[in-house]
Amino acid sequence: MTSLIAIGAGLAVIGAGIGIGLIGGKAMDGIARQPEAAGDIRSGMILMAAFVEGAALIAILLSIFMLNG
Amino acid sequence: MRMNSHRHLFALLIAALFSLPISGWAQHESDEQQGDTTHSEGMVEHAGSSHEEGHATFDPTATALHHIADANVFTILDFIRIPLPMILYSQDDGLDVFSSGRFHPGEHDNGEYAFHRYVMFEGNVHRVKDWSFPNDLVEIGPHSFTERIVDNDEVVYLNYQGQEYPLDHRSTLDNGLFGGKITSFYDFSITKNVLTMILVAIILFWLFRQAAVGYTRREGKAPSGVQSWLEPVFTFIRDEVAIPFIGKDRYLKYIPLLMSLFFFILGLNLFGQIPFLGSANVTGNLTVTGILAILVFLVVTFSGKKHYWQHIFWMPGVPVFVKPLLAFVEFMGVFIKPLTLMLRLAGNIVSGHIAILSFIGLIFIFGKAGESMGGSLVGTAMSVPLTMFMMAIELIVAFVQAFVFTILTASYIGAAIEDGHH
Repeated sequence: MTSLIAIGAGLAVIGAGIGIGLIGGKAMDGIARQPEAAGDIRSGMILMAAFVEGAALIAILLSIFMLNG
Repeated sequence: MRMNSHRHLFALLIAALFSLPISGWAQHESDEQQGDTTHSEGMVEHAGSSHEEGHATFDPTATALHHIADANVFTILDFIRIPLPMILYSQDDGLDVFSSGRFHPGEHDNGEYAFHRYVMFEGNVHRVKDWSFPNDLVEIGPHSFTERIVDNDEVVYLNYQGQEYPLDHRSTLDNGLFGGKITSFYDFSITKNVLTMILVAIILFWLFRQAAVGYTRREGKAPSGVQSWLEPVFTFIRDEVAIPFIGKDRYLKYIPLLMSLFFFILGLNLFGQIPFLGSANVTGNLTVTGILAILVFLVVTFSGKKHYWQHIFWMPGVPVFVKPLLAFVEFMGVFIKPLTLMLRLAGNIVSGHIAILSFIGLIFIFGKAGESMGGSLVGTAMSVPLTMFMMAIELIVAFVQAFVFTILTASYIGAAIEDGHH
């Protein structure tokens, strides 16, 4: 059970990593293409990264709760 | 004050990278302990509190968790202990108000005295369940606590005059609703976290008061002193967060909320990063971030307009058979949004603190808890640069998380008060 929970937490982080990586990469593309829009792109990027991170955090917290309970 | 978003992502990844292996390893350790359990009559000595035996052991998990937990004493550098007021209520003894100095907290914040059957273990108040224990101020001496795992449950025992008294769990006020344990007493005390919150609120009030006085006194002139520190941050939040997300004509109503959230979270984040000064982990506490998230939830829900609720319960422009499904998902979203707000802030701050604590723990792991001097030196040589690096990352995370909390709040409010003209 414990190792299953650990695998689940790891998978969540892999998912978030891919998601945040894609967001960062595309944002860099956008900034390179249109440097004058860097400010807007940056705040949008942080917002999106926060959303992706939120999904991963729910998974991590669930696994912590399952470990303790 | 533009954030370098590279660093934000980098910090997140680093935090995730370093906090996860540790929790995995911690579980492994406790597995081993539970494995031992079967050999020795269902009980096993818990490391960290077995100093009286002479063979010092170091449990990095317990140490890290102890250091990020709330406490009833404000400890500076492990030898200055500022007592805090205790407000305890139990159904059979009634209300008890006294100073936590009565416990005479010593090493590891363990109290050397018991008062009214209350004792202090690792900075937290516990209660002796046994009625035969004297209901008075009693000296119990140092090193009188043992922690054991009984039926998958960590129970602390008090050794007093050759007898063992099991202690109640620490009070969490939720009556076992959110994973806390049911206790025979309630703890309403002004803890380390509460004191830190009050301190930060006073500091912020003083700073903004100074700035406000500056604006009335030097009207029309260039800002000076504390004004020139606060003004760029304030205008950044207003121009980059409030106006774009809420709208030019309606943002003013929500400015107090957004600014309070941003500066309160930022202040607490930064205060929690001052080494040794109580090291209160306020924004890493799920209760604190939960209350902040509930506040945001209430504001968003009560300022939601017709357009917002229509988009949740009966999404226009989609086929009818999709509408109930979307309504379900959107309705879940209403609660998941504040939930992630709560988890994100606490998770980021806690993972940073745990990373630092485990780097410091390297000293004791390599030095075998003080037995090997050479090992300690190697551990220190590794620990110091890693800790400094992590603290730099945490400083960035402190700003970024305060900013993210504010920007998300603004975007939720913006979505709620939007008028429907596509």
